[in-house]
Amino acid sequence: MAVKSRFVFLLPLAVVLILIAVFGKRLLDVAGGEDPRLLKSVLLDTPMPDMDLAALPGRFKTMPDDGLATADLKGQVSLVNVWGSWCVACLAEHPMLVEIEKSGAVPIHGIDWRDTPEAANAWLARHGDPYARIGLDPRSHTAIALGVTGAPESFLVDANGVIRYKYIGPITPEVWSSTLQPMIAQLEQEAAKP
Amino acid sequence: MNVVALAFVALFAVNAMAVEPNERLADPALEARARDVSQALRCVVCQNETIDESNAELAKDMRMLVRERIAAGDSNQEVLDYMVARYGDFVLLKPRFNGETIVLWLGPLLLFGAGAAAVLRRVRKASDHAPTVAPLSDAEQKELAALSGTAPPERPS
Repeated sequence: MAVKSRFVFLLPLAVVLILIAVFGKRLLDVAGGEDPRLLKSVLLDTPMPDMDLAALPGRFKTMPDDGLATADLKGQVSLVNVWGSWCVACLAEHPMLVEIEKSGAVPIHGIDWRDTPEAANAWLARHGDPYARIGLDPRSHTAIALGVTGAPESFLVDANGVIRYKYIGPITPEVWSSTLQPMIAQLEQEAAKP
Repeated sequence: MNVVALAFVALFAVNAMAVEPNERLADPALEARARDVSQALRCVVCQNETIDESNAELAKDMRMLVRERIAAGDSNQEVLDYMVARYGDFVLLKPRFNGETIVLWLGPLLLFGAGAAAVLRRVRKASDHAPTVAPLSDAEQKELAALSGTAPPERPS
């Protein structure tokens, strides 16, 4: 007892050291490039939410049947990109999407979020249209159903229509080659298995 | 001075309510519930405001969605669950009581309990060690009596 009480005065110091360790780890994580605003999606490994989005009227690139519904995402691995013509980061990301589309690696579907058809069409005509299908989400119903907090956000959807990965922010060449591309290859292998 | 006061009133009027008149539900009871739910939900764009206070466009759309679901007959809890299923517990301003938040909820109570126990033990120990006072001896009694001029108390011998 006497020995114990002699060291009781060290207890507050121990508590402070533990707190420093906890907060310090978080600070180092953030300093190491982890974005503190990133929210882990609770939707990983859940099916894409029910949606049946209207097509972009007067679209620059004409499609036989456009719009984006949940059923359209079955049968093939795809990348669903939430964007808007008002979104500056989407513009930064756009050349990468155009390149991905050219490479034929994966079909990219667009959810045009809180946008007007006029602005969206003008934007696509100017910067290129890498999207297979485009669905309009003017009142954020699908964006909220997807837990979207800002644009751009991209969802990697497997052949069964299940969300397998969510990337927040512009897809950069590094993100594409180090994360998305290998994941797509893996998901395609999965889909090829009977 | 009046102008300043008015400016203040206008400022706080705007801050107090981001809900725009055209968003409100016609039924005051449903609207009150929508306000309650909105005040429990975090604006995921600004992160430290409720969607009820926020002027962000996504917060506005979330408010509209809350109202649509309430008007469609969802309970407050169902609306909150819908949001949590999509944005996680983070979307709630008041954390839920579960495995991840148990330290948050019970930590202060535990610390208080530990502190109270420590104080109690110390107080008890102190009273155990209080010096016991021996009764005065006969000689002391006599001396005391001589000093105070009173007769020493009778004692059975």
